[in-house]
Amino acid sequence: MDEIKDVTLIGLATAYVFLLILLSLLRREKVGHQWELLLSTFRMTIQLVLVGYILTYIFDNPSVWFSLIALLLMQGFAILNTFQRVGNVPRDMKRIVVVAMFIGTGITIFFFVLWVFRVEPWFKPQYFIPLAGMMIGNSMTGITLGIDALLGGMKDNRALIENALMMGGKPSLIVKEVSGRAFHQALLPTINSMMGMGIVFLPGMMTGQILAGAPPLLAIKYQIAMMLGILGSVVLTVFVVIKWGSATFFNHRAQMK
Amino acid sequence: MFKLKNIKFRDILTVDELELKAQQVTCIVGKSGGGKTTLLKLLNNLISADSGTILYKDREIDTYNPTTLRREVMMLPQQPVMFSGTIRENFNKTLRFTEREPASDEVFKDLLQQVGLNLPLEADTKDLSGGEKQRVALARVLLLHPETLLLDEPSSALDDETEDFIISMVVDYTRKRKGTLIMVTHAMSVAERFADVTITLFDGKIQRVDTLNGTL
Ligand SMILES: Nc1ncnc2c1ncn2[C@@H]1O[C@H](COP(=O)(O)OP(=O)(O)OP(=O)(O)O)[C@@H](O)[C@H]1O
Ligand SMILES: [Mg+2]
Repeated sequence: MDEIKDVTLIGLATAYVFLLILLSLLRREKVGHQWELLLSTFRMTIQLVLVGYILTYIFDNPSVWFSLIALLLMQGFAILNTFQRVGNVPRDMKRIVVVAMFIGTGITIFFFVLWVFRVEPWFKPQYFIPLAGMMIGNSMTGITLGIDALLGGMKDNRALIENALMMGGKPSLIVKEVSGRAFHQALLPTINSMMGMGIVFLPGMMTGQILAGAPPLLAIKYQIAMMLGILGSVVLTVFVVIKWGSATFFNHRAQMK
Repeated sequence: MFKLKNIKFRDILTVDELELKAQQVTCIVGKSGGGKTTLLKLLNNLISADSGTILYKDREIDTYNPTTLRREVMMLPQQPVMFSGTIRENFNKTLRFTEREPASDEVFKDLLQQVGLNLPLEADTKDLSGGEKQRVALARVLLLHPETLLLDEPSSALDDETEDFIISMVVDYTRKRKGTLIMVTHAMSVAERFADVTITLFDGKIQRVDTLNGTL
């Protein structure tokens, strides 16, 4: 592998200058949103610098505990973020989101770390943390879209579902009218990104590895395995959320709550 | 068949005592907001009373599996909703939701004829008129041959002539099969002509019960 080409501080500063010029342009043209952009740039910078230091520390002192804590933190953050983005998630549903996130990403992460990437030792933070992060991040998007579609669909189709219940329809069969769509919505971004992969865009991880000097064939092997992991993790978490979540709309008398 | 005692559902419906007999045609009438739909929903176990007991075939209604119960005591809502897709898909989904075996187009066509609809099975239900939807919804229920029918204003979107046709058909159907029919209706003429028992609800209470032999 070639030596990794460093980005100099001057180089980085130039990038900020480029952005500042754009922002002043937005301001002059009264497009607005410049404060939002400035804030997000600022947050991104601070967050990454912090993460950089934390990761450096963890990489220098690898331990099972650090890796597991990082995993829990990422899962916890993903869960909170889902609740924030969807808003008004009912209590029962929240519980299921938590369970689905832990089970879905947990199983997939350990499967891929142990048997696909064969990381040794399994908790080696350079591998474990970014792999887990990518699966959790994508699952979070999936869950968010999935429960949003499920909650909206159940609300919009309340009368239809009640009508089917009155005829003796089985709740788990009736909700398939709505949950199938929710599943599709949840998987759409993952499917789209796989469809366009390599043609419309080069995925971030692969780009990163190539920029860092890895041969493309090695990078795609990683990317393929990673994509399969992401797909697996998204499918599993979304499946659990929708399957168990659908049941939360009914009480024990098969009446709609 | 149904025995209600000291039923209270929020401040919407209060029934001290009521018996609904099997193999009879019972009509429920009364002013809008009187609690007619609420009463049907209680019998269908789509809602549960806050207090009191409802016995169905001499057993507390809440001890039945709700889904199995509804397959015996089936309700047609006041504003039925079509499942997405064609008429055929509506029938197929009905069978699927209720875990029945698939049925042939012949069966479906007979049902459409029974409710006086001359439409192809391929017709998209979202394009149907209100009265046509109402009759497809009735046909969906008849497809399942429930023992007891709870119909909530099954002719509200129909003209007088079609109303007459549909109600006569349902009453005949029920009598022939020795089934039970409990029907909410706004048309006093319907109650007078077909009902063995007419229950008048007013403001969440039973105002009177008329039988063929006189007022109870
Ligand atoms: N889920 C509910 N929550 C609150 N109020 C309700 C609910 N269901 C019914 N009500 C109220 O209870 C009363 C009785 O309603 P119900 O639908 O049983 O009347 P109805 O006799 O069927 O009237 P209509 O002839 O207009 O259909 C109405 O005032 C209605 O607004
Ligand atoms: Mg009503």
